Amino acid sequence: MNFFYHLGRYFMTLGSLFSKPEKAGMYWKELFRQMSLIGVGSLGIISIMSLFIGAVTAVQFAYQLQGNFIPMWWIGLIVRDSLILELAPTLSALLLAGKVGSNISSELGTMRISEQIDAMKIMGVNTASYLIGPKVLASVVVMPLLIVFSVFFGIYGGLFAGVASGAYTSAEYIRGLQDPLRDADTIILFIKSVSFAFIITTISCYQGFYTTGGVVGVGKASTRAVVFSSIVVIIANFFIASLLL
Amino acid sequence: MIEVKEISKSFNDNEVLKSINVTMEEGKCNLIIGKSGAGKTVLLKCMVGLFEPTSGEILYDGRDFVKMTEKERKLIRLEMGMLFQGNALFDSMTVEENVRFPLDMFTSMSKKEKAERVNEVLERVNLKGAHKKFPSEISGGMMKRVGIARAIVQKPRYLFCDEPNSGLDPITSIVIDELIDELTKDLNIVTVINTHDMNSVMGIGDKVIYIHEGQVHWEGSGKEVMTTKDEQLNSFVFASKFWKQVKEDQQ
Repeated sequence: MNFFYHLGRYFMTLGSLFSKPEKAGMYWKELFRQMSLIGVGSLGIISIMSLFIGAVTAVQFAYQLQGNFIPMWWIGLIVRDSLILELAPTLSALLLAGKVGSNISSELGTMRISEQIDAMKIMGVNTASYLIGPKVLASVVVMPLLIVFSVFFGIYGGLFAGVASGAYTSAEYIRGLQDPLRDADTIILFIKSVSFAFIITTISCYQGFYTTGGVVGVGKASTRAVVFSSIVVIIANFFIASLLL
Repeated sequence: MIEVKEISKSFNDNEVLKSINVTMEEGKCNLIIGKSGAGKTVLLKCMVGLFEPTSGEILYDGRDFVKMTEKERKLIRLEMGMLFQGNALFDSMTVEENVRFPLDMFTSMSKKEKAERVNEVLERVNLKGAHKKFPSEISGGMMKRVGIARAIVQKPRYLFCDEPNSGLDPITSIVIDELIDELTKDLNIVTVINTHDMNSVMGIGDKVIYIHEGQVHWEGSGKEVMTTKDEQLNSFVFASKFWKQVKEDQQ
């Protein structure tokens, strides 16, 4: 019963995002602030993670392919496709669930327990719309861009790792990257990115917005935001892959 | 004028407010007092719409707030200002942005007009030179002033203050009380204050409403509190040795 209560309230909260803004300019301002926080603030960690994910993928496949008759240029192709189809969207989403999700949840949770949300409500602000709407929109716009960056950084990571270890040449790796890319792969990347961004932000906002129990409650809400959004991302990943591949 | 008529509020089976009837007039500081758990905060939250009463009416100059749609409530909310116990200032905004927030959100004033209005209210609460500071960089007393400035920036008709003196030293408490009283008289607004502070009751209590076990037990002025024979009220107000002594000296 508790699950259905939260599910119902989650969808009702999403519904309230579609009300008319009190002042469009204020919503735009908040949207750009959130885009900067989520996008610029996460670029560093995404680039570091992606470089090493690309590198480790390349090194491990090079190890597997050694002594086989499969040409080494395949590694470029394998790294690229692995990053596009699975590694970049899923691992970036899990990382962002930890970084952005906990940040959003604790920010809203703190606003809730310090009565800042009540203060806005009394002023006449549609609090769900103003506090959640720009965050969701910002992440749906910015996270796919971060994930595209993640693919690029991962590909470069694979290049550096292979060339540095002498497993293959840069020409071989680039030959693999130039293999034709299926349109469906980029569509799946886009669908995953947008879906994961939506899942992470809405779950984290929901957890933060309805925080109870003081400072301890903020910590719990933040943990729940990360755990639930990570689980839902992994489940959604399976369904998207099953339906589209 | 705010008229609270037969307001009841229950949480599950626990009836916190029991048929409350109170009238609060313009130009007066209406103080709600009572023991912890008596229902003061619940009453205040019902009045501003943070809680929905189980039954009853809350009339803002004849307009029933309880029966209104959310859209209609928004219009009334533009006439409300509230000072929270913990100030509820927006951490990510400077003092100036905090005070300007309602103007940014709900008015079509130009930048210059908004800046003038913000300066005007910050001067009104004796707060100069803190425009660019963040809430974490100012003192408790200054935060209260910013909270008051934000509450009055839209020229409200109804001002609500939840424990305005909590966490303040005695001198700052008096300054904040006097400021709220001045604003109430100057702007001719209905001010509702939820307090435990007996200095406030005696100092600015134009009307004092004593809530006991979810009911209005006593009403009168701050001066009448000193002379009341009501045992229940006396046991609350004169619980401290200081006020007991003051009463005995007066008698």
